[in-house]
Amino acid sequence: MMATVYIDGRAYEADSSRNMLDVALNLGFDLPYFCWHPAMGSVGACRQCAVKQFRDESDKRGRLVMACMTPAAPNTRISISDEDARLFRKSIIEGLMMSHPHDCPVCDEGGECHLQDMTVMTGHDYRRYLFQKRTFRNQYLGPLVNHEMNRCIQCYRCVRFYRDYAGGRDLNAFALRNIVFFGRHEDGVLENEFSGNLVEVCPTGVFTDATLKQHYTRKWDLQFAPSVCVHCGLGCNTSPGERYGMLRRIVNRYNGSVNGYFLCDRGRYGYEFVNSGKRLRRAVWEKGHVSREHAIAHAGELLAASGGAIGIGSPRASLEANFALRTLVGPDRFHAGMADGELRLVRLMIEILRGGPARTPSLRDIEECDAVLVLGEDVMNAAPRMALSLWQSSRQRPLEAARKLGIDSWNDAALREAVQNDRGPLFVATPAATRLDELATAVFRGAPDDIARLGFDVAHALDSAAPGEAGELAGRIAAALGSANRPLVVSGPSLESEAVIRAAANVARALVRAGKPAALSFTAPEANSMGLAMMGARPLSEAFRGRPDAVIVLENDLYRRAPEAEVNAFLDSARTLIALDSIETPVTAKAAAAIPAATFAEGGGSFVNNEGRVQRFFQVFAPQEDIVESWRSLRDLMIATGRAEAAAWRSLDDVIASFEAEFPELGRAVREAAPPASFRMAGMKEPRQPPRYTGRTAMRANINVSEPKPPEDPDAPLNFSMEGYPKQPPPPITPYFWAPGWNSIQSLNKFQEEIAGPLRGGDPGVRTIEPAGDHGAYFEAEARAFQPRPGEWLAVPLYHIFGSEELSRLAPALASLSPAAYLALNPEDARAIGDRAELALDGARRVLPVRIAPELPRGLVGVPAGFPETAGLALPAWCRIGRAA
Amino acid sequence: METPLTARMRKDGEPVGLEEYERAGGYRALRKALRGMMPAEVIAEVKDSALRGRGGAGFGTGLKWSLVPAGPDAPRPKYIVANGDEMEPGTFKDRLILEHDPHEFIEGILLAGYAIEGAAGYIFLRGEYTVAGERVRKALAEARAAGYIGRNILGSGFDFEVHVHMSAGRYMCGEETGLLNALEGRRANPRAKPPFPVVSGVWGKPTVINNVETLACVPHIIANGAAWFKGLSKSADGGTKLYGVSGKVKRPGLWELPMGTTVREILDLAGGMRDGLKLRGFLPGGASTDFLTGEHLDVKMDFTEVQKAGSRMGTGTMIVLDDRTCPVGMTWNLEHFFAQESCGWCTPCWSGLGWAERLLAAIEGGRGEPGDLEKLAGITKFVAPGNTFCALAPGAAEPLQSALKYFREDFERHIREKRCPWGA
Repeated sequence: MMATVYIDGRAYEADSSRNMLDVALNLGFDLPYFCWHPAMGSVGACRQCAVKQFRDESDKRGRLVMACMTPAAPNTRISISDEDARLFRKSIIEGLMMSHPHDCPVCDEGGECHLQDMTVMTGHDYRRYLFQKRTFRNQYLGPLVNHEMNRCIQCYRCVRFYRDYAGGRDLNAFALRNIVFFGRHEDGVLENEFSGNLVEVCPTGVFTDATLKQHYTRKWDLQFAPSVCVHCGLGCNTSPGERYGMLRRIVNRYNGSVNGYFLCDRGRYGYEFVNSGKRLRRAVWEKGHVSREHAIAHAGELLAASGGAIGIGSPRASLEANFALRTLVGPDRFHAGMADGELRLVRLMIEILRGGPARTPSLRDIEECDAVLVLGEDVMNAAPRMALSLWQSSRQRPLEAARKLGIDSWNDAALREAVQNDRGPLFVATPAATRLDELATAVFRGAPDDIARLGFDVAHALDSAAPGEAGELAGRIAAALGSANRPLVVSGPSLESEAVIRAAANVARALVRAGKPAALSFTAPEANSMGLAMMGARPLSEAFRGRPDAVIVLENDLYRRAPEAEVNAFLDSARTLIALDSIETPVTAKAAAAIPAATFAEGGGSFVNNEGRVQRFFQVFAPQEDIVESWRSLRDLMIATGRAEAAAWRSLDDVIASFEAEFPELGRAVREAAPPASFRMAGMKEPRQPPRYTGRTAMRANINVSEPKPPEDPDAPLNFSMEGYPKQPPPPITPYFWAPGWNSIQSLNKFQEEIAGPLRGGDPGVRTIEPAGDHGAYFEAEARAFQPRPGEWLAVPLYHIFGSEELSRLAPALASLSPAAYLALNPEDARAIGDRAELALDGARRVLPVRIAPELPRGLVGVPAGFPETAGLALPAWCRIGRAA
Repeated sequence: METPLTARMRKDGEPVGLEEYERAGGYRALRKALRGMMPAEVIAEVKDSALRGRGGAGFGTGLKWSLVPAGPDAPRPKYIVANGDEMEPGTFKDRLILEHDPHEFIEGILLAGYAIEGAAGYIFLRGEYTVAGERVRKALAEARAAGYIGRNILGSGFDFEVHVHMSAGRYMCGEETGLLNALEGRRANPRAKPPFPVVSGVWGKPTVINNVETLACVPHIIANGAAWFKGLSKSADGGTKLYGVSGKVKRPGLWELPMGTTVREILDLAGGMRDGLKLRGFLPGGASTDFLTGEHLDVKMDFTEVQKAGSRMGTGTMIVLDDRTCPVGMTWNLEHFFAQESCGWCTPCWSGLGWAERLLAAIEGGRGEPGDLEKLAGITKFVAPGNTFCALAPGAAEPLQSALKYFREDFERHIREKRCPWGA
């Protein structure tokens, strides 16, 4: 409901379900605050947003109230400029600053510190407190987050995020008065998978990015570009920062429909792979370093002489790179760089989502769902940011009840009190225990086929026309989903089971047929798995069988896609192997020509996320050495083979235009996902560097005192410069968030249409999948009950947020958090095997330590997915395990 | 003069047992209510009695009960919480009831529970009140054995359980919403109102929180009627009140007197000042009330009159300051307590009180500076009601702001002479 409210005597229309701080900020007022957070609501602790409230027009005295705790009820009258309120806000800063060390020059938060901004905003500038400051002993919190408690201003945001919002347990507030200590009960690595958000949630320098500290640079000295996370298929928006050719850090880039305010730790800290020693930085020809031009010229000659090359694309390469390869080799010779099973599953997912009737939700939509069935996915480890959304959705049902008590939706502490530990319906069906289990109404442990059967049975319980059988648990799940307002089914390819995905589709269809606006969300394994599958490509096995003369492998370690022996046989049989990649892999090591490719930070392009959302990422910095986007190298390769027409691809927009000609719908989405390179604002481009970027003329002074011209960017309406459009650009090309007086990430308030809502101009990304309507039919329930086999085990993949994903494994901080490879067994099964086991699968033998997985059904063995020891295994698969010496 | 609250108490200091309590008319009120009164009638009777909360805020007890959602659609279970976290310095009135006539208080809880159609009561006791804890537990066991607590009480169909919780010991736990958090095992930070506890209290369910003395009044109101209870009082607020005096008087103690008895009468019962000492001032209702002075001796101790004089009746237990005790030292002592007990939730409290305490320590220690009094006065405004999250810091400001007003010369002398004039 809209209401008229008055701020400093002027009338405004405001959403009455919001509080006056939210309203004032949204209207553009500079009202300082600390404890309020747009995603977490109000608690009224810091008292920084005090304003004067007046009863009515005749009330001249008024009283101080906290704007964050004041509903925007009709005819609410407040004054921000009132002298009492202004002085009180200044006094609050004085109070907060009493023990603050004022160590801004050596503090990592300096220059993007909300406390600095608010101090300046209130005008507090003189110390009257002349006694000793209180000090603390800091803790070691692990390789991701640094702790400096002396800076703390006791706003409680850290524990509210960590415990209340993200479900963490090992960070707490201890002691009282002015010595409240925010930390762990003892030194140790923070356990929660979203701990890195503390860096952005903390309004000052208590929690800072420990990886940034290794190569520290101030925000104002970083060069940014809008980017998209490459470490899973959810497509969270990020803002990477670079200096001196090195990627320094990643912070969240708000997208109201996708990641909102928060990233997972894999997404925040995986960036270190860009600086890794495992990067392929220089072109290789016949084992020796050469220039890229040289390598391409030789490779072109070989290709021209060959009987025709095939191309192997990549789910971690951009649409444009994959398209360039497809153009080079021809559609019939373009193969998906995914395991066959995975390609089949991702295509099935796309077909199901397109066919409907359930809609694929954004992460934001997921937060709003009020009953959830997770079928087969370990969400926290496969698509971590989605788990944080599910954490919020599990509160929806109890929140509805709490709102009936008349508690405002922003009144966080009161809502949490009313909700207590109540959780809405959430059912988790996976082979092994998952982190979401603690939220679950019920969990089911079973083999992939049993999980699928449960799904079919749930669909059957919802709609007797759907195939399946009656079951007690299925009945409970069906009842919970069927009585929800916004039910959600989550599944995905993790178990590599078509049956599981079909079962999930049946549940969603049955819900829609029961009249529910059901959502169906599939995780996607890699940043562009969906995009590659949408483009259409031949299966990898066909490439393997085809024994081609020449092979071009795009950004792909095939040893992660298929068993070693098969990959060896394939690669060894090709006369010519050309590999493009950003990292050194066994494939680049074998290649005659290995051509360095840009990472997401060094080149632009597009990904399609699990939702079917096309998103653009932009080059953060112009790399040195021979690193260029794969599409450019592939273009040059085409030219080298005599295809002069490829020279027409001068910029990314040219590639996108060709792409659109070939794939009209997907191509249009790519084109519309961001303005073209020719886009100008008042005749200007968007600067990647903040207006206070320093040292520009000194950076290369040791080489040459003449400052070189900044690199041109033919691909984007962004400059490698601090010069350009001084105002807010459209969201897809917003490199970082900053506003005058708002140097911290809190400046976001100035970029949103409404607080915590969409960005002004719309959230980035173009959805390409909307369900067609309920035309299809139920899938047959083809899964049979799992039968353990004597002497054999069914190997199933188990995922790890740190360890299963290829690129973030190369980030030292995350690598240190990854477990060692293992084989997981039910305790009973483990007893027979012992501490170490030998796994015989795909013709290879591996000896690994045994890990006890209490909930894993007997007859299954859990194998860590994506670890070097296990990569390339086609799972699930029957295998033998023996006691190892 | 009737003294219903204390009349049954034994001279030997032992608690009144169940039989003794019943012989003296105990549990008659509960019987009467369960057999013949609707819950709404119990609330109406308490409303009519003009009983106001004895914890210090003086909120109408019947009114509070009537704000609990009633009827078949009301959220359940509903709870009664008895606030026995008597941690206000100088206050020891609830302890008398808890230790000496626990059944009177328990009967009050049961009546309150019946009135709001509650399911259970929690007795939240100050951690140091171990004797009270034992005696209340014993009384609860007696009452349970006699059928006053449990299922189907006295055959009425009314079920009610009562639990005792001993506090881990923080002043903040006496603040009613901090108490609720502590009871749930959380940090004793206060909660925002609204929602008020009557809507979302313990475990997020409708909850009435009443002071021990308040609850002890209830059986007498139900047994004897609202008019009788009002008649006990000399003022508009109903009933008798436990008044106490501490400090250098001849007979510090506690007396049950008609509501509205004057300060002078109470001090007379305490025997006046010790020989050779003169009264300089007093905190009328515990540590968190403004100082009053000798000119306020004829003020009636009730919720309205003390307020008119510039302070609050608070818990009704006064602390007397004599002319040989340093008012700065006393204020420092008080502020030390409040600063130490700040829960650390809202900025004015955790930053302001600590600062005030250090300024007072410096002044008392002869290290005060010109300008310190202005800083102190500024802090009392900084932590004014509404500026802070709960009443702790505004309460802490009351003795400080009034000390600055009545004993300003003493403060100035400390700063001028760079020493405490009362020091050795």
